[in-house]
Amino acid sequence: MAKIIVVTSGKGGVGKTTSAAAIATGLALRGKKTVVIDFDVGLRNLDLIMGCERRVVYDLVNVIQGEAGLNQALIRDKRVDNLHILPASQTRDKDALTSEGVEKILDMLGKDFDYIICDSPAGIERGAQLAMYFADEAVVVTNPEVSSVRDSDRILGLLGSKTRRAERNQDPVKEHLLITRYNPSRVDDGDMLNLDDIQEILAIDLLGLIPESEAVLRASNQGIPVTHDAKSDAGQAYTDTVSRLLGEDVPLRFHEFQKKGLLSRMFGGGRR
Amino acid sequence: MKLLEFLRGERKKTASVAKERLQIIVAHQRSQRDQPDYMPMLERELLEVIRRYVKVDQDAINISLDRDEDCSVLELNVTLPRT
Repeated sequence: MAKIIVVTSGKGGVGKTTSAAAIATGLALRGKKTVVIDFDVGLRNLDLIMGCERRVVYDLVNVIQGEAGLNQALIRDKRVDNLHILPASQTRDKDALTSEGVEKILDMLGKDFDYIICDSPAGIERGAQLAMYFADEAVVVTNPEVSSVRDSDRILGLLGSKTRRAERNQDPVKEHLLITRYNPSRVDDGDMLNLDDIQEILAIDLLGLIPESEAVLRASNQGIPVTHDAKSDAGQAYTDTVSRLLGEDVPLRFHEFQKKGLLSRMFGGGRR
Repeated sequence: MKLLEFLRGERKKTASVAKERLQIIVAHQRSQRDQPDYMPMLERELLEVIRRYVKVDQDAINISLDRDEDCSVLELNVTLPRT
């Protein structure tokens, strides 16, 4: 039986899709059969971040409505063997998603895959609630910024009440905090919430910390999940995140401010 | 460093302001998390009724719902003005 993990946040633009793509890629690179599903019906973007936008023929809604088989809609990743993408519909409205339909698809995928990553849309409406409803674990993506932290707390409330596990009184959805766009230099200046503060406020365990990085934009420009950029700080941070998701104990990196030496200040730092 | 801060005119770090604000709003959000959907409406209407008889402010009323194992307690605190 596959493990279902929702990547969610409440607030938009914090890096949900980037994280879903990077985590799914990382899991597949570790040999896990992984599928990543875009739940953002009407505003799909996962296909772009994964670099398969021109290979989308059928989508999630087509499968739910019986217009295509699941295997016709699944896109095999070009770079990693064990990775598949199930895109969202661009034309339908979000009401086309039904709880029964989503459950059926997850059940079918569960037979073939080890991990099902659900990329949630922003907000707390139907799409977001369906993305989290069947989850076993949740990755709550949070920026060190007041509105993002507040929205993450709202999402935690929903995870504890509006999910199948909550409704059936099963073990609760396992909640993980993923802090993205962290800028240690601004934290050092006292102008950005530090990771201990965020963790203290949200009171869930820290899965990973992704520094603000030029590599993320480079990755999305090319449609190559940032995990593949193994030299970059963000790529390495996502690799660490995946290891922790697999239960490994990996020390935190990229959270401390490195004061630049005179030489690197004169000649510019290395490529980040 | 201290002297420098003094000369610059000491300024509270914005991150700690953010933390304080978040702690308050998140605590408030959590207290509402388990309450039924009708609570805000109930609160408003109760306030209306009380105001028909006594002049009280919006924040003079405090309503909370505590759940024990087999019963719930609706607690209503109204601070009445001195007459």
